[in-house]
Amino acid sequence: MTRLMKYFSEGRTSGKHTLPFVVILLGVTILASAANLFLPADSALYVSTYTITLLGKYLCYAMLALAVDIIWGYCGILSLGHGAFFALGGYAMGMYLMRQIGDRGVYGNPLLPDFMVFLDWKELPWFWLGMDQFWFAMLMAVLVPGVLAFVFGWLAFRSRVTGVYLSIMTQALTYALLLAFFRNEMGFGGNNGLTDFKEILGFNLQADSTRVALFLITAILLAVIFVVSQKILSSRLGKVVLAIRDSESRSRFIGYRTDRYKVWLFVYSAVIAGIAGALYVPQVGIINPGEFSPINSIEMVIWVAVGGRGTLIGAVIGALLVNYAKTRFTAIMPDAWLFALGAMFVLVTLYLPKGLMGLYGQLKAKRNTVMNKEPQA
Amino acid sequence: MALCCCLFGLFSLPSFAVESTSLDPLLADLVDAKISKMVPILDKIEKASDETVLPLFRTLLNGDLYYIKSTKQVVGQFDTNGETLYKDVFTGQAHPALTKRDVKKIRVNNTLRGYLRNAIARIQLTSKNSSVRESAVRELLSKLDDDTVDILERLYPHETNKKVKQAMGLALAMNTASQTQLAVSNRIAAIDTLADSLENDVRNLLTTLSNDENPAIQEASKAALDTIAQRANRFAFVDQLFFGLSLGSVLLLASIGLAITFGVMGVINMAHGEMIMLGAYTTYVVQLIMPNYIDYSIWVAIPAAFLVSGLMGVLIERLVIRHLHGRPLETLLATFGISLILQQLVRTIFSPLNRQVSTPSWMSGSWEINPVLSLTLNRLYILAFALLVFIALVIILKKTSLGLNVRAVSQNRNMAKAMGVKTNWVDAMTFGLGSGIAGIAGVALSQLTNVGPNLGQAYIIDSFMVVVFGGVGNLLGTLVAAFTLGIATKFLEPTTGAVLAAILVLVFIILFIQKRPKGLFPQKGRAAE
Repeated sequence: MTRLMKYFSEGRTSGKHTLPFVVILLGVTILASAANLFLPADSALYVSTYTITLLGKYLCYAMLALAVDIIWGYCGILSLGHGAFFALGGYAMGMYLMRQIGDRGVYGNPLLPDFMVFLDWKELPWFWLGMDQFWFAMLMAVLVPGVLAFVFGWLAFRSRVTGVYLSIMTQALTYALLLAFFRNEMGFGGNNGLTDFKEILGFNLQADSTRVALFLITAILLAVIFVVSQKILSSRLGKVVLAIRDSESRSRFIGYRTDRYKVWLFVYSAVIAGIAGALYVPQVGIINPGEFSPINSIEMVIWVAVGGRGTLIGAVIGALLVNYAKTRFTAIMPDAWLFALGAMFVLVTLYLPKGLMGLYGQLKAKRNTVMNKEPQA
Repeated sequence: MALCCCLFGLFSLPSFAVESTSLDPLLADLVDAKISKMVPILDKIEKASDETVLPLFRTLLNGDLYYIKSTKQVVGQFDTNGETLYKDVFTGQAHPALTKRDVKKIRVNNTLRGYLRNAIARIQLTSKNSSVRESAVRELLSKLDDDTVDILERLYPHETNKKVKQAMGLALAMNTASQTQLAVSNRIAAIDTLADSLENDVRNLLTTLSNDENPAIQEASKAALDTIAQRANRFAFVDQLFFGLSLGSVLLLASIGLAITFGVMGVINMAHGEMIMLGAYTTYVVQLIMPNYIDYSIWVAIPAAFLVSGLMGVLIERLVIRHLHGRPLETLLATFGISLILQQLVRTIFSPLNRQVSTPSWMSGSWEINPVLSLTLNRLYILAFALLVFIALVIILKKTSLGLNVRAVSQNRNMAKAMGVKTNWVDAMTFGLGSGIAGIAGVALSQLTNVGPNLGQAYIIDSFMVVVFGGVGNLLGTLVAAFTLGIATKFLEPTTGAVLAAILVLVFIILFIQKRPKGLFPQKGRAAE
């Protein structure tokens, strides 16, 4: 009974990080943006555009980590293929940006992107049609990952493929896409991917103001997704999802159609990953098949594991910390990064099963027991 | 002049000791002779020597034979990478100091060329070695002329070796078929015998003949071409099948260790690919240690790789996997971390570049069955090796006490523990065995592909597919799955291209797993859990 009470009180307090998180996120974002736009470059508080772009990239990763956490931390589905959804969203945005180049490419063809002219293609493939419209491209950035996740999830969860099997299948999925996108005949720029973008919605992508705006939009969307996800996961549906994670067969016997819950949560997660990808591409300036590589997808999982799965805030913190460490490490001693990453995988799974957030909880629980014991002694 | 000859003798003595006694005066004559007087000299050279004189004739035929002005010694001119080099035609010994100014060309004309061609054919066709004779005939197929046909007709009745005789008969039949002045019935009979051959030259001849003026000849050559095409297709099919089996054997080696660890312990070892890589690097190191015994290095490398990878496996199990018991997803992540560390370790120690592992001489080359079908020996050996490893593993699992324990633990861990099986020990041994076999797979792979830090990554996803497709904990399933996937990939490749074939196979497995989540051969009964 006490466990049940504790469970419900946990459920109520799980949203307690939401407000501080949103305030801190938006506060830092606005301050950094203002520091970039309004302070002179020699000021001590000036934030360079490089930093803004870097922060924007981190926030995209944080959004992606959120997507992985929703499915892994809350539903126990370890997807090793979320990079595929991220990259698909990115490619949708990349195709839009590619069309915006127009006749300013190297070959000056008003209709065809450079790589198609290079391959001697005469007309635009059908799947590029409509990609010059921003709304349509954004719809695709959400729809394509969503539909792929639906088809894959529907096939997998209906036939009760779970556990490591599912992980391997998702890895095979992203691997198959990696191979496919490397082919020139696919019409996505092959090995080189899509790059050399000029502008988005008429704004120059190299301009400071565009960079800051993209950064702000990413932060706002991250906050919105965070709040919405928090609401969904603390609703009744969220409780069922947790039940599925802890004992799927029991939930099924009680009468829940567990496969449907899983499919829709999977689709929701894939859509978030797609949005993250679409925001990532204009800030980084390139999308290539490398984003599909299995190692990328597995790295996302470690962000969540480091931060603490099963807590949305943990996923965000994990993504920010690991990626900051990666930036610093690869700059100082590039060879050591893979050692560090590998060690992180091993140590976190061995000693920090609940990540940094869990560590915080563990320490607090320890202090509470100590304090509770003292009056008795 | 005497001095020159003397010097010549001195210089050439060490280079070709045997021929020098009889050939040197003749060669000196050759250098001095006018172009019209050269044939008798060449005739003497031919009589006085055997096959060893071939390089001289060939070089002369190509117009690449020179002599050094000061010593009258003959040298061949060779173009290597755009640079002109002079080498001794018999020994291949280079004369780096020579330039164009020091040498003079020995000129040849058409009469001489014709003579040389026939002489070369004669020398080869009368060689004591039957395989030299056979290859000489086969070489002649594309350039039959009256003289060579004469020689062949003379030699044909005396030939004792069956293969050589067959090849000669083929050449004569080709000649008969192409002679327009002969009777049509004779030509058609010759064309019919040609239908048994798969030689490229025969096909070229028949294609020409299928446009012959005579309709009967046209028809006969078309029919013969059809027969040949059918046979060639059949052999092309065998060739494809062989490549499929070869890929299957590689997949089998790579995945069988994984099948054991996955089947028994229920954990996915993402570092399995790196165990393969360690095995391949062990082969490299073994060859570094014994560079003079490359032929035997494989026999050292196999046990060494088994030990290195196996010990690494036991270490991983003891240090990491043991603590993650019952948490398969975490095990997957932790072993992935280990795989990153191992890759980087190898990159730091051996450099990120690919390392060259040499193939023992007995494994290189190919087994030529006929002109359209030849099987490379290394693939053939690896196919046999994979099956051998598979059989050994089945015997270990079925006949030894370790195998009994392993099977007990995989069927019911708790019950096995209750019966006194040391499950910890069994886990470590299983992991060691699986990893050790991955190491052996690495030895085999080092003979087929480049050895680099990413070697394991290339095979890991395919190996997972094999295990999942075959059904977990079922060695026979792994065998069938590996060969099915290997053959399917190789048969898809010609129509779709390599990349699309790989994608199609992956998609097929993803769909297959939806239909049969437990693989081709699901475990039944108590073992199924």
